[in-house]
Amino acid sequence: MNFKQKYVFLFPGLFVLIGILIFPIIFVVRLSLSGWNSYNGLNFIGLENYIRLFTDDPRFWESFFRLSFLSVTTVILQYVIGFALAHMVWKDIKFQRFFRVLFLIPMMTTPVIMTVIWRTFFHESLGPVNDILSNFGMSPKWLTDPVLAKVTVIIVEVWQWTPFMFLLLLAGLLSLPKEPFLAAAIDGASPVRKFLYVTFPLMAPISIGAIIIRLIEASKIMDTVYVLTSGGPGTSTETSSFYIFIKGLREFQMGYAASMSFTYLIIMIISLTVIAKVLTKLMLKD
Amino acid sequence: MKIIKTCLTAVISSVLMFSPMAYADKWGDQFPHIKATGDIAGDCSYEEMSKKNYKGKTLKINTHAVPVIGQPTALHAEQFAKLTGAKVDVTHTPAGDLYAKAMVPFKAGQAPYDIVFGFSNFINDWKRYLAPVPKKYMNSTEMKDVTKSHIGVSSWDGTMYQYPVDGDRHYLKYRKDVIDNPEMQKKYKADTGKELRVPRTWKEYGEMAKYFNGWDWDGDGEKEYGSAEVMKKDDLMFAAFFSRSVAYAKNPRTPGGFFFDLDTMKPNINNPGFVEALGDWVEATKYVPPGGINFGLGDEIGSFGGGQTLFSFSWDDAFIAAMQDDSPIKNKVGAAPLPGADRVWNRTSNSWENQYNQAPYIVWGWAVGVAKKSKVKDMAFDYLCFFSNGANHQADLAIGNFGVNPFKNSDFDPNIYINTMGWDADIANSYTKTLLDMEKSKNRVFPLRVPGVFEFTSAVATGTSKALAGQLSPQAALDEVAKEWEAIVKRVGKKAVQDAYAVGVKMEDNKL
Repeated sequence: MNFKQKYVFLFPGLFVLIGILIFPIIFVVRLSLSGWNSYNGLNFIGLENYIRLFTDDPRFWESFFRLSFLSVTTVILQYVIGFALAHMVWKDIKFQRFFRVLFLIPMMTTPVIMTVIWRTFFHESLGPVNDILSNFGMSPKWLTDPVLAKVTVIIVEVWQWTPFMFLLLLAGLLSLPKEPFLAAAIDGASPVRKFLYVTFPLMAPISIGAIIIRLIEASKIMDTVYVLTSGGPGTSTETSSFYIFIKGLREFQMGYAASMSFTYLIIMIISLTVIAKVLTKLMLKD
Repeated sequence: MKIIKTCLTAVISSVLMFSPMAYADKWGDQFPHIKATGDIAGDCSYEEMSKKNYKGKTLKINTHAVPVIGQPTALHAEQFAKLTGAKVDVTHTPAGDLYAKAMVPFKAGQAPYDIVFGFSNFINDWKRYLAPVPKKYMNSTEMKDVTKSHIGVSSWDGTMYQYPVDGDRHYLKYRKDVIDNPEMQKKYKADTGKELRVPRTWKEYGEMAKYFNGWDWDGDGEKEYGSAEVMKKDDLMFAAFFSRSVAYAKNPRTPGGFFFDLDTMKPNINNPGFVEALGDWVEATKYVPPGGINFGLGDEIGSFGGGQTLFSFSWDDAFIAAMQDDSPIKNKVGAAPLPGADRVWNRTSNSWENQYNQAPYIVWGWAVGVAKKSKVKDMAFDYLCFFSNGANHQADLAIGNFGVNPFKNSDFDPNIYINTMGWDADIANSYTKTLLDMEKSKNRVFPLRVPGVFEFTSAVATGTSKALAGQLSPQAALDEVAKEWEAIVKRVGKKAVQDAYAVGVKMEDNKL
């Protein structure tokens, strides 16, 4: 029988895939080989942008390492807090449904708007946080001290995205089989032992998935930085995506920004693959 | 008696009907924004616009975020729609993204916006995509009132591409009730051994700001601070830095370029004049309000305008905000030229000249153009002409956070501010004199108007913000900026930058 018509059915999906995934990537690659900016068109300049990126742009690499620090820190915190909260409402506690909904609220709010609110909270002369802390003789420079500004970005990111981790981990906990827990109870295992030797290992596959998804998302951190600090003070909170945004959409160096984007994409694919492998090895060793 | 009464009523009625006052009331009642003046006759007045019919047509505008320039854009769009029947869509965009928001579709050959707002120094990059202002508007009554320098600002090679809606300069604003207060002067003298006066130099500015930082000097129960400045990266901070630099680096005896040496196109940005200014600015982080290093223009306006600081400099807006009716410090502020310096760098002899120097920084301000590919150009130009008609302009001038500042010859009449805005006469006089003196100065600095201008200003913002955050020393930060500027010149093409820069240098050297 001739099943050639199957290609016709494949075509719409293929067309969408090419239109929204393949074409943009090919265009970015082409753009990265051009000097497209406010005064030049889509000319061809070979690998010039890549040479500039690897030999003459320490700011990109600084922003990349800063991003790595911010995303790893926020994801670890989100995992720990998310797991704790999920574990809490997994058990039969009072107002269980209320807490489950409450913990999800930050994720349901619009990130940019919430960051504006956080910026108002942390405003050093008009914000309520310093207003309260000043009663104890403290007035931290939340947004203008290079170290504290990073902490502020982390606080906002953790607040916004811990619910995502919470949701995935709670779903994981609810799907765990009951038998291992019954066996542990019969053996008289303490709650800590039960968590370390039963819950945590059983949750490893879903934990790896949740961590990887959040790492992918955290590595694109942009709106929080844009609204909260504009990458400042100086360049102390500038991340790769924000730096690419500045070069591409502020300074209009489209060709160069494309070369950074493509390089960044490759680095992220490699590093996230390595991280996933390492996590799998560590958490699923048994 | 009855006849006399009837005649008198008839005469009064006809005077009211046909006089400009009655004409003004008609529009002033419908549009409260112009209540103080009513309509003012002109080619783009309310009366004239009401005769147009743009029903069924849509005008798309990209403007700045609310309130600065975004609010008047939206307000005048609403009025324009009401008068002409047009539909006007206004999009608000943060300052840092205005350039790209217009440039991306321009480069792609599209015109999603009929009108694009930006800064006047975008002109070199944008002019290829903007429609020149038609003769009809060039000859309008409104345009004839625009100052010569602002006609020049909006034009390139004699063709006007940007429609004048704003005129900006940076100048000093200070708390008059403190600086002119004999008790404060005595206290300051006793504590520091120095005179308390309007600062003549940036060093004096710093000393006074430091002295008045962190205590309640106006007795309102709140702490006040020394100075409010735009220090937030990518929020026009480059302009604030240039304001502080001109005193040290704009030497009237070394023509041929403030930003670059025009002959060689070598950047001057890291010479000792600029470094000295950046050193002062780093010092200023100690006398700004908490969080002041993250202040954008809106914060600066709110801070000085709300009575939080002794000094401020940059655009008019903070001053106007302070002089609004709802301000706690109305008629307690003064305007003066930017501080100068006791020495100025001579880049030809590579040495300091120990003599007083002051230079105004003409920032030019908001600019707006009509896209060449727009299908409703007539309506777009009508809107812009209406935006800055006499009545709208005078009402806009009175609102600090509107960001509309004097650019018409009639704006320099102090009586406008005394009669319609309730300013004290001496404040109105010093304000208009400060602005006029800047127009007349022979040692002015104009903004950079070269291809890829945003790359240059972005490099300055990054470098100076690193110094303010303590990441780099002023010299190291400006060396980094100079290196980046050299790379940009190389990328854009030395000749293209040089040719464009030459136009600005001619103006600075008083040859235009």
